[in-house]
Amino acid sequence: MLGRTDLPNRLRVISGAKDKDCMKCGKCSASCPSYEKMDIRPHQFVSYLQRGDVDAMMNSTTVWACLCCYACIERCPRDVKPAQIIEAARLMLIRRQGDTPYVSADDIPELLDPDTPQQLLVSALRKYTK
Amino acid sequence: MQITGEQTFTPLITAFCCNWCSYAGADLAGTSRLAYPAEVRIIKVPCSCRINPLFVLRAFQKGADGVIICGCHPGDCHYIMGNYYARRRMTLLFSLLDFMGIERGRTHLEWVSAAEGAKFAATMSGFAENIHKLGKNRRLEDLRCKSS
Amino acid sequence: MKRVGVFVCHCGTNIAAAVDVGEVVDKARLERGVVFSAEYPYMCSEAGQTMIANAVKEHNLTGVVVSACSPRMHEVTFRKAAAKIGLNPYMLEMANIREQCSWIHKDKDDATKKAVSLTSAAVAKVHLNTPLFAGESPVTKRALVIGGGIAGISVALDVADAGYDVDIVESTPGIGGRMAQLDKTFPTLDCSACILTPKMVDAATHDNITLHTYSEVESVEGFVGDFTVTIRKKARSVDMKKCTGCGACYDKCPAKKAPSEFEEGLSNRKAIYIPFAQAVPNVPVIDREQCIKFKTGKCGLCETVCAPGAIDFEQQDELVTQKYGAVIVATGFRPIELGKFGEYAPESKDVLTSLEFERITNAAGPTKGALVRLSDGRKPKSITFIQCVGSRDTTPRGKAYCSKICCMYTAKHAMLVKDKYPDIDVNVYYIDVRSPGKNFDEFYRRAAEEYGVNYIKGQVGKVVDMGDHLVLQAADMLDNRQITARTDMIVLATAIEPLKSTKPIASMLTASIDTNGFMTEAHPKLKPVESPTAGVFLAGACHGPKDIPETVAQAGAAAAKVLGLLSKSKLTTNPCVAAADELACNGCSACESVCPYGAIGYEDRQINDHGVRGNQRLAAVNTALCQGCGACAVTCPSGAMDLLGFSNRQILAEVDALCR
Repeated sequence: MLGRTDLPNRLRVISGAKDKDCMKCGKCSASCPSYEKMDIRPHQFVSYLQRGDVDAMMNSTTVWACLCCYACIERCPRDVKPAQIIEAARLMLIRRQGDTPYVSADDIPELLDPDTPQQLLVSALRKYTK
Repeated sequence: MQITGEQTFTPLITAFCCNWCSYAGADLAGTSRLAYPAEVRIIKVPCSCRINPLFVLRAFQKGADGVIICGCHPGDCHYIMGNYYARRRMTLLFSLLDFMGIERGRTHLEWVSAAEGAKFAATMSGFAENIHKLGKNRRLEDLRCKSS
Repeated sequence: MKRVGVFVCHCGTNIAAAVDVGEVVDKARLERGVVFSAEYPYMCSEAGQTMIANAVKEHNLTGVVVSACSPRMHEVTFRKAAAKIGLNPYMLEMANIREQCSWIHKDKDDATKKAVSLTSAAVAKVHLNTPLFAGESPVTKRALVIGGGIAGISVALDVADAGYDVDIVESTPGIGGRMAQLDKTFPTLDCSACILTPKMVDAATHDNITLHTYSEVESVEGFVGDFTVTIRKKARSVDMKKCTGCGACYDKCPAKKAPSEFEEGLSNRKAIYIPFAQAVPNVPVIDREQCIKFKTGKCGLCETVCAPGAIDFEQQDELVTQKYGAVIVATGFRPIELGKFGEYAPESKDVLTSLEFERITNAAGPTKGALVRLSDGRKPKSITFIQCVGSRDTTPRGKAYCSKICCMYTAKHAMLVKDKYPDIDVNVYYIDVRSPGKNFDEFYRRAAEEYGVNYIKGQVGKVVDMGDHLVLQAADMLDNRQITARTDMIVLATAIEPLKSTKPIASMLTASIDTNGFMTEAHPKLKPVESPTAGVFLAGACHGPKDIPETVAQAGAAAAKVLGLLSKSKLTTNPCVAAADELACNGCSACESVCPYGAIGYEDRQINDHGVRGNQRLAAVNTALCQGCGACAVTCPSGAMDLLGFSNRQILAEVDALCR
């Protein structure tokens, strides 16, 4: 089991993201559709990882607000993969909270309404399961 | 007396590099401080086509554990077509060595340009790692050479 | 047995920090034939060289090994020093214990062991070295410039003014290149055409300059001082001697659907055309793909209206072969294709590249200088500039390098727009503003401070064309705020890349290109305008992104190097050439068949074989043609052919020493 100080590296391993390659162009935040709902913005997420502040990342609204649309990954000129950092932080949080998935695949038909975008369902599955 | 077990294996790797591309690439790796294992020893030749198959055999005879040959990319040879000659010769030689029981991994031909310092370092690291896995070359080494 | 001296350099701390130099010196003394070994902080310095000289005299050294930096760096230095004291320069060898040892190995023991090993290999080799003497080769007093942009024109004028003949090969119908397309130049805002056109005319009228426009380099043979180049002069379908440049042909030409290359495809040109009004030479070209006469056999209107009868539909490509002493590559750049950057909506008519915007603002351009949206002809109320489109992008669709010129030309564009139309809202989205040139930062600040150009730090994520306006989404990194903004025109600072033709030209010249396709210089600091291939020089953006002042400066430097070469009456040749041992040669011709230079011939020699007289066929190397690749030495079945300076025995000795 990795200690607390190893959290940033653990996050790097889980996400496969290259936070050091970031040149702070802001294209991730520029591309983000749920920017307004985030307290830590995608480009800041990369900076937080560089700084090693994983707790702040795990406790942010960003991990829940991210739609997993991957626009930031698609457009990042340095291949940093900000969405994967966000996803990894969320995963670490869920794992810490223990073995209680918020949503299982069986729950989804009940929640389904015709206006819900497919993307949201996919992202919800990604979000609320390990 | 202390029992140390088997000594750690330090391979001996001979690299032949052409003057115009790969040797310059090795220099660039150095200037850029890109590390690769110290067991790689480089011999400069004007062109990869200068490398006589005899040199490769001699290296193995003298105890080299791997031989790597680097030249300019196809089409970029300073001497117009020297690397094509090298490619043909080495293809033949490497398959002969393979036939003799020298593992394919011990011989390698790679194109490295003068601008590819990173590629040079990566190639050498990868090759050395392979040799580490393969272990000592025992098949061609001539123990009479190790008189000292 | 040779008496060898070994000299180990500290290179300040470059070597000494990672290698135990004392150990290398001590171990070297144990090598066979080594009678002297010493160390010094800087072997290449005057004092270091004197130390070698003194030791050679004092200890009667017949071979010298210098363990220092790469031989590509200082072999020439040390060999010159050796020659000065009467030692044949080829009795000196270098062991590379800096680039290939101390700089890359962290472990001092490993690095020292390797340095000792490399030094012993050099000692083993030097024992087998023989004195070599350089021959001479002629210098053709003529230079070839590939590319007729500002770089090529500058080099050509400089070399021609010094009294040498220069040929310019330009693939398009006229010279001028990218600079001719520009409206104003930064940071002075002077008119590009006003400073370029006089130079173009100078080049065209100079007695020593021959222009080959609409021409391409077909093949290159030979080497420094003696290149033989074949130039393909593509069929112009217009007789250059008869044409008066009246323009009647392209006025009357009915085929007007070809996109104009000069206008970046923003307007059309005729099938018979000159690229732009001030074109040099002022002789039209028929685009055979577009010409109705060539497509259907009917028309020929241009021929009818041409009073001097210059139109020649039968004209064929012409091949010109010429000898040159030096070749200058000045092929230039082009903006990258934006097909893979869909988020910027590059297909929209109101999203322009900077070069297209340059044409829009030009008084002679497709809109006659009117700043309007190309989709509906309206004057824009807001213009947005996006920086670093494809530059500093490590993904496969982009270029990892900074394109260097974009920051400044965007400041120029923004300023020009604001100057002419103060009511237009101008926004620039940037990652970093890079302005390290002379007066550059002042220029950029002027755009922001005096003209009120709005600089926003943050890349644009998405552009959508809404028909009568564009919408973009961006992030202001300093404000930590996402922006969704309306704008009427977007200008993309597109990354630049070398022309596609650079690679085949480099291959023909056996010069190297880097991973981005730019030409490589021989040394990044000390030989910035020479290519690693002797006699080939570089000017302009074919070598890397450059602005005009830098290009002209590099062109001047290249011209100085060319003049230095052409002013020599003879060049000393590389003495490391092939040589056949006549006792072993059986005249089989294997070596001749592999020689890339045709340097091997055969001669009959009268021999006396145990009392029987007879003729023997022997290989003979033409040392002026031989470049010393060594292909023949490996091919020779009897081991008669060998390469001086890199003989079989020498390399085997190195192998033996390294594998000890």
